Amino acid sequence: MNVAAEPRLAPDALGASILLRDLSVTYPNGVTAVRDASFALDPGTICALVGVNGSGKSTIFKAIMGFVKPSAGEVRLCGLPVDAALKKNIVAYVPQSEDIDWNFPVLVEQVVMMGRYGHMNFLRMPSRADRYKVDQALERVGMNDWRKRQIGELSGGQKKRVFLARSLAQEGRIILLDEPFTGIDVKTEAAIIGLLRELRAAGHLMLVSTHNLGSVPDFCDHVVLLNRTVLAAGPTAEVFTRANLERAFGGVLRDFRLGGRHLHDDDDARSLTVLTDDERPLVFYGGKTQPREDEP
Amino acid sequence: MSALAAELWVPFTYGYMLKAMWVSALVGGVCAFLSAYLMLKGWSLMGDALGHSIVPGVAAAYLIGAPFAVGAFFAGILASLAMNFVKQKSRLREDAVIGLVFTALFALGVLMASIWPTSVNIQTIVLGNILAIADEDVVQVAIIAAVSLAIMAFLWKDLMVTFFDESHARSIGLDTTFLRIVFFTVLSACTVAALQTVGACLVIAMVVTPGATAYLLTDRFGWLVVISIALGTVTSFVGAYISYFLDGATGGVIVSLQTLLFLAAFWLAPRHGVLAARRRRRLTLGGAAP
Repeated sequence: MNVAAEPRLAPDALGASILLRDLSVTYPNGVTAVRDASFALDPGTICALVGVNGSGKSTIFKAIMGFVKPSAGEVRLCGLPVDAALKKNIVAYVPQSEDIDWNFPVLVEQVVMMGRYGHMNFLRMPSRADRYKVDQALERVGMNDWRKRQIGELSGGQKKRVFLARSLAQEGRIILLDEPFTGIDVKTEAAIIGLLRELRAAGHLMLVSTHNLGSVPDFCDHVVLLNRTVLAAGPTAEVFTRANLERAFGGVLRDFRLGGRHLHDDDDARSLTVLTDDERPLVFYGGKTQPREDEP
Repeated sequence: MSALAAELWVPFTYGYMLKAMWVSALVGGVCAFLSAYLMLKGWSLMGDALGHSIVPGVAAAYLIGAPFAVGAFFAGILASLAMNFVKQKSRLREDAVIGLVFTALFALGVLMASIWPTSVNIQTIVLGNILAIADEDVVQVAIIAAVSLAIMAFLWKDLMVTFFDESHARSIGLDTTFLRIVFFTVLSACTVAALQTVGACLVIAMVVTPGATAYLLTDRFGWLVVISIALGTVTSFVGAYISYFLDGATGGVIVSLQTLLFLAAFWLAPRHGVLAARRRRRLTLGGAAP
């Protein structure tokens, strides 16, 4: 993939990059979850990681976070090996809602403050700058009024925003988002997408694992399609095509196709295809996806 | 000084009682620190399993004249290896594996003590006997507790992040595997120490009840730790003190006190207590009425 041509990078975010080179991961039980996966992502990118369950999305996240060691190949973040990159707070992680214990006795502002831990000394004593950045992050996601709440008291969308605020406070150049749109309303989804766009403009690199195929063309400029290896990777317009998606999902998705005279009574020969895994459906008219009207 | 006050002061005039009180308080405090984490992760029964599993180690240590902590430590390692092994090689669920392994080791311990009755009084291990604790055991317990407290004081926030959200912990550069190992090593060591004060059967209360009580009283992890330690320390100290008047059974008194405080919090906690919930429900219903 190409480095973005426009000079739109904030200086502090320069050089955010993810490189997977021939990555293979085999678990101790002998299952090879990912084989020979390669892709490269540059600063100022929102990239969707798309594939069926078990296609290796979470394994690739785990490899980027250093939870699993590659059995072959390598992962480089901003040119560094994983452990060195993590020590430098380069990567922020927004977890899936089900990975969090919502009864944990911790307040919203304390979760966001955890984003600053990597910048503090070993006793994790927050400085004035840390507090300021927490305030900023909470303000930016609109959760300032909720800062003293225990996290379990929030709605699904608010919970997501808190963890986004934590990644903002962490100031990671690379942000991993694991299923960010599961269980949230359309309004929060739009707000999150708006925030991701701002971060992209500031030069951050975001890798988003999602089942929500319908919104991928709206905000992701790159797509990596997975099925135990990389099926296709590149700009959304080139990669996110019906042919590729059928390869990635092979019969797993609901697929509605309407065409010819059934669709409308004229000479327009294009057919309408709806692909969905029961979240937001993906609609092809002819061979192309249709961006929503309200998008820039 | 009135006769009553003199009577109440008596425990403080005996060296063995003083020793029992402060050793209990120290152990109670550090176990309570750990309880804040165990309870949140659903690992409460791990303390129980460890407490029972190390009994044969203690028996063997007495048998060969080694410090009991050494025997307990090896038995603890044996227990966790055995649990891992059975879990990997069978389809059994974790609770069944824990139950199997710790009862097997506990039975072995009881057996050893009955075959070599002079080696160790099994009742000491099962029920603890802080009132008769030997000086070298006091030193062992004090060192274990002090080192554990120091480690926890330095790492409490890192451990909190690790247990709350391991992915995030890694993203800020923490070595989560190392932190887990440190935590379980400290837990094993403190279980050994608690064995002396309350015995194998009641160890679980020391590493569960204070944290569970504190959990009902606060929504902030920092306060949870502080409240938990305060509860553990005070109940252990007072429990040892009261046990003077009840002739022994220190462990029973300590755990009973902790349970009383838990029950009080369960009913009366300002936000998470049963009565508060009832009051809230009444208010909601009242507010909804026309």
